[in-house]
Amino acid sequence: MKYMEDIVEKAGFSDILAKVKAGDRLTEEDGLRLYESPELLAVGYLANTVRERLNGNYAYFNYNQHINYSNICINLCKFCAFGRDKSSREAYQMSPEEVRFKVMERLSEPITEIHMVGGIHPDLEFDYYLDILRAIKEVRPEVHIKAFTCVEIAHLATLAGKSVEETLKMLMEAGLDSLPGGGAEVFSPRIRKKTCEKKLSGEGWLEVARTAHSLGLKSNATMLYGHIETAEEKIEHLAALREVQDESGGFQTFIPLSFHPRNTAMADLSQSTGINDLKNIAISRIFLDNFPHIKAYWIMVGSKLAQVALSFGADDIDGTVTEEKVTHMAGAETEQAMALEELVRLIREADRIPVQRDTLYQEIERY
Amino acid sequence: MEEIIEKIYTGERISPEEGVKLLRKGNLYQLGMAANAWREKLHPDKVVTYIIDRNINYTNICISGCKFCAFYTAPGKKGGYILSFEELGRKIEETRELGGNQILLQGGLHPDKTLDYYEEMLHFIKSYGIHIHGFSPPEICHFAAINDLSTGEVLSRLQAAGLDSIPGGGAEILSDRVRQEIAPRKCLSDPWIKVMEEAHGLGMKTTATMMFGHIETLEERMEHLERVRSLQDRTGGFTAFILWPFQPDHTVYSHLPKTGGFDYLKILALSRIYLDNIPNLQASWVTQGPKIAQISLFFGANDFGSTMIEENVVSAAGISFRLSEKEICRLIKSAGFEPHRRRMDYSRI
Repeated sequence: MKYMEDIVEKAGFSDILAKVKAGDRLTEEDGLRLYESPELLAVGYLANTVRERLNGNYAYFNYNQHINYSNICINLCKFCAFGRDKSSREAYQMSPEEVRFKVMERLSEPITEIHMVGGIHPDLEFDYYLDILRAIKEVRPEVHIKAFTCVEIAHLATLAGKSVEETLKMLMEAGLDSLPGGGAEVFSPRIRKKTCEKKLSGEGWLEVARTAHSLGLKSNATMLYGHIETAEEKIEHLAALREVQDESGGFQTFIPLSFHPRNTAMADLSQSTGINDLKNIAISRIFLDNFPHIKAYWIMVGSKLAQVALSFGADDIDGTVTEEKVTHMAGAETEQAMALEELVRLIREADRIPVQRDTLYQEIERY
Repeated sequence: MEEIIEKIYTGERISPEEGVKLLRKGNLYQLGMAANAWREKLHPDKVVTYIIDRNINYTNICISGCKFCAFYTAPGKKGGYILSFEELGRKIEETRELGGNQILLQGGLHPDKTLDYYEEMLHFIKSYGIHIHGFSPPEICHFAAINDLSTGEVLSRLQAAGLDSIPGGGAEILSDRVRQEIAPRKCLSDPWIKVMEEAHGLGMKTTATMMFGHIETLEERMEHLERVRSLQDRTGGFTAFILWPFQPDHTVYSHLPKTGGFDYLKILALSRIYLDNIPNLQASWVTQGPKIAQISLFFGANDFGSTMIEENVVSAAGISFRLSEKEICRLIKSAGFEPHRRRMDYSRI
C-alpha cells in the first residue's frame, strides 16, 4: 500500500486519492487532471480503489442475444459503419416474423436478455416496434428486452404522435423492460454538429433517459470516445450523466465505447490505443461515483484488454453476444461470440470472481 | 507480500520463491508499479526503442519436431523449403530498401547441411553489409553435433564468417522437465546456457527469451528467470529479455488456452523486477496486439521490438498482427514516450 500510494501522490493526485478513499466527489477540474496525466498506473490505481469498494472482487457478465432489426437509417452519423441509406444494396430490415425466428433459433440456450437496437428508419410505422417486442415475448415470455436507445425512443414518439412518456408506456406494455445506453456519443453540441448533425441532441437524450427512469425503467449510458472529442467535452458528458443520475438513480451501467474508424466517414482517424481505452474506463469509474457499474465491452476493446480493464475500474464485460453487427461493420477484429466457459476463464484469469447476472444485476450463478 | 514489495522498492533482489508468490498472489498494481519504477530507474529518459529488421527463416526443415511448434516440416515431408542464396539476397535488398539494418536469421535444425554451408551463407549475407543476428543456441548445438565440433568452435567459425550477435530463441523454458516433455530432441538447459556463455566470452551480444504459457509451472518459470539472471551476473552479455506467450493454434497443444492480457502483463512486470541486471525488456505486439503492447510500457517494457518486415513462426500459429513503423511510433508517442530506432545492441540511430 505504502509504496503504491506514494506513486499516486508523486503523480500529483494526493487530493484525489484522499477523495477516492473517503468516497468524496471529484470536481470537473479533477477529472481533467486525470485525463491530462501520463501516469497510467496512478490513474488505474485510483479507479481500482473505487471499483473494489463498490463491486468487491466480482466481475459480471450476462448471457444475451443481440438483434439489430434494421440498418436503414436517416441519421447516417459519420462515426458509424452500420447505418445504410434505404436505397443501399446492403440495406435490410427484419419483419416481426424474422425477429421471432431469430429468437426461436436460440430457445435452447439460457439467454436472459435480448439487446435490440436499429437505425432511425424513415418509414417503418410505430406498430412495427410494438410488433417486434411482442414477437419476442410470444416465443420467449420470460426474457428481458433491453431495446431502443434514447435516440430511437425519441423517434418512435414522433412516429406515435405522442409524448415520450406515453410512447414508453406503450412500448412497456408490448414488452420493453429497459433501455440500452447507445446514441449518447458525446453530448457536446460541437461534436454532434460535426459527427451526427441529424441525431437527437444531448439534452434530448438525457430527457428521454430521465423520463424512462421516472417510469421505473432502468437504462445504461455510453460515451463514444477516440475521435475528435476533447477531454473537456468528455468530462462535461460525464458530469451531465452524473447529474441526471443524482436525480433519478435509473442508470445501471456506464459503457465507454472505443471508436472504430474503419469503414466510417472518419476512416482517416487512428484506432484508439490500449492506454486511451484504459484511461477512459478508469476515469469514468472515478468520476461517476453514483453509477453502480462500469462495463468494458469486450467486443470493442478485445478480450485481452477487457481482462486488464477489470483492474482499471470495470466490473462488467458484457455477455455472450452473438450476431453483433454494429462494431464488426467498423472492422472490430474480436470474435463474434464468446462461449460462457471462455468468459468465465477470462475473468478468473484476471483474478476476479465471475458472476453471471441478469439485466438488472440479479445474480444467476457465481463461478 | 509487503516484505517482498519493500525489497523491490529498496533495490534488493528477490528470490525465485518470492517471484512465485508475486505471480500467484500479487495484484496488477503491486507488480506493475514496481516494474514501472524499475524501468524508470533503468531508462530515465522516457525513450522507447524499436528496430527495423526482418526475420529470415532459411529453412523450415527440422529434425527437432517440438510439440509447441507450428512452423517446422519434418525432413522428407511435403512443404519443406530451403531458401536459395538468390532468395536470401532478394530479401536482404528489400530489408535495406525499407530502412532495415539487421536481419534475424534462424531456421530449423536441418538434418544434413554442414557448417561450411552456414559459413558460406554468412559470407554471402555479409557482402550486403548488414548486421546478422542469427542462429539460436539449439542451432549452434545442432551444428556442433553434425560436424563433430564443440559449440565453442562452431561459434568462433560462425563469428569469423560474419555472425554478429545471437538471438535468444530456443530457450523455451530453461527447465529440463519441461524441455524433455515439449522438445525432447532440442538441447537441454545446460547446453543453452553454455552456448550463450561462450558467445558472450567471444564478445558477441545476445538476447534471452522465454516461451511460457504451456505446461510449465510458476516454479519452472522462476527457474528460467534465475538461470538467465545468474548467467548475466557472470557475463553481462544479454542486451534484452523477450517474453513469448505460447501460441497454441496448429500445434500438438492446440487445446490449451492462449495467455491472456492480464497474465502477460504480470509475468512481464515480474521479469522486469527479477532481471534487474538485463537492461532492456521487449513488449510483444506480435502476440499481444498493439493495445496490450502499448500498456506493456507501464509494466516494465522499454522496447517495442521489431517492425518485423517478415515473420513466419508466430503467424504459423494463427496470429497475424501487423504494425508499421509509423504505427509503432504513434503508439509509443501517445503513451508519453519518445520513439527511437535502435540497433541490435540498443545503441540509437
